Amino acid sequence: MNVQAVRNDFPILDRLFDGRPLIYLDSAATSQKPRAVVSALVEYYENYNANVHRAVYQIGEEATQAYEGTRGKVARFIGTEDTGEVIFTRNTTESINLVAQTWGRANLRDGDEILLTPMEHHSNLIPWQMIAAEKGAKLRFLELNADGTLDLSGLETLLTPRTKLLAFTQMSNVLGTILPTRDLADAAHAVGAVVLVDAAQSAPHMAINVADLGADFLAFSSHKMLGPTGVGVLWGKRALLEAMPPFLGGGDMIRQVWLDRATWNALPWKFEAGTPNIGDVVGFGAALDYLQALGMDEVRRHEVEITAYAMEVLSRIEGLIIYGPTDPQARGGLVSFNMEDVHPHDLATLLDRDHICVRAGHHCCQPLMRLLEVSATARASFYIYNTPEEVDALAASLLRAREVFSRVAV
Amino acid sequence: MSLSDDLYRDIILEHHRNPHNYGLLDPADVNAEGVNPLCGDECAITLNMHEGRIVEIGVNPRGCAISRASTSMMTDAVKGKSLEEARVAIEQFKHMMLGPGSASDLPQEMEDVEALEGVKVLPARIKCAVLSWDTLLEAMKDAEALSR
Repeated sequence: MNVQAVRNDFPILDRLFDGRPLIYLDSAATSQKPRAVVSALVEYYENYNANVHRAVYQIGEEATQAYEGTRGKVARFIGTEDTGEVIFTRNTTESINLVAQTWGRANLRDGDEILLTPMEHHSNLIPWQMIAAEKGAKLRFLELNADGTLDLSGLETLLTPRTKLLAFTQMSNVLGTILPTRDLADAAHAVGAVVLVDAAQSAPHMAINVADLGADFLAFSSHKMLGPTGVGVLWGKRALLEAMPPFLGGGDMIRQVWLDRATWNALPWKFEAGTPNIGDVVGFGAALDYLQALGMDEVRRHEVEITAYAMEVLSRIEGLIIYGPTDPQARGGLVSFNMEDVHPHDLATLLDRDHICVRAGHHCCQPLMRLLEVSATARASFYIYNTPEEVDALAASLLRAREVFSRVAV
Repeated sequence: MSLSDDLYRDIILEHHRNPHNYGLLDPADVNAEGVNPLCGDECAITLNMHEGRIVEIGVNPRGCAISRASTSMMTDAVKGKSLEEARVAIEQFKHMMLGPGSASDLPQEMEDVEALEGVKVLPARIKCAVLSWDTLLEAMKDAEALSR
């Protein structure tokens, strides 16, 4: 992958701050957008802005084709031929809530169990807490090994016929850990549980094929993979989606309506009530084209390389603790760390002086922070436009941050 | 980034390293806990009251240097004061941090607090500086109820 050529496609990287470029190391929060995505948005709004699915005039047809065209691109991206299984939502969070509120409400009973991991983002925890409380179901949790991998030995005892759902992240947004999705899914299916995979962190960074993953539901967001904010995807197996009640009621999700009842539209529109986020879905299509042109295996190769380099450089900094698996092949393109004696918020503020953007906080993973016995971590995350020179700049800035703090003795 | 830093001034780092009135009082007339849900910073405050005055204050701030230093400075600013006087101090602090005020508006006895003015240009960090002062307000409500 030619990183310089990629960088030229991202206008934000041309912006100078006091004559210096931006060093953006927060793509796990949201990625930057290539020109092609911004252009697709402008093109839609300037040339064929119309509502989808109902207009008989030309631009309405064009808008519908572009909107549904992205659905086809998503289907190809995750390796399914059935576009009816691809539902557009607002984000990963809404995708998971959709499953919790429809599948969960219809299928969970008193005494049922939902199995999760302690490294879930709040978006893959709170929706289950909510529906479990409503239905009298129980949440159970696998445990982590000291290196931030999942302790699979707990599966045998924790997966039982009471387990109705196993939900987990494919790639931790804090530890970077990549979970053995297929093994987990097979074990869950053996006891008849349904499997939901949170792919918010993985879909932007590695090739995904839903058949290989063995998942029943997959959720991810456009904005972390070069696309606009406001678009999420829920993929689900057709048989499950068909059996689920609708999520939101309103226009577009119906077939026939009477004053006292209604019938539902076919998949996927049964789950897309109201005017969807047409412009941003169109932009998402351009993002998927961009990633496919690069090739997801190339994207992954680049990130393993830069993550390996970052771990090597950062591990040379005395007093810096890196969380998660040590093998760069076993983790995604991010590194969470803490510097002895400097709180991550102070680190992030000091790095910002050098126009280096990192995240500091609990990363929407408060239970995991408690397990790590920290209140917060700093996190640098990488994408296709990041370079080893940027990692060097991060390391240099971290050293300067420590100097600032070492002025005053403990 | 120079070593003498506009934001992380020596006085802030000193308060951060060795917060004044550190450690929770036990027993205490009043306990209050503040949390910043965005970043996980926590601030626990205990007060002992006598005839309407804060005669003792003990804190356990967990968080960044800005929040710990601000907590420490807050204890200095209100210790020994009546609830009414403490309320004025909180208002003066907030006038500087959140309002149109500047460090020069602060009374002499709050001169350390002036160092926090640098946080004002960092909207994302203002909440770190304000947390303990807001938590104190909560504690003072309980203290007021006690004296009734």
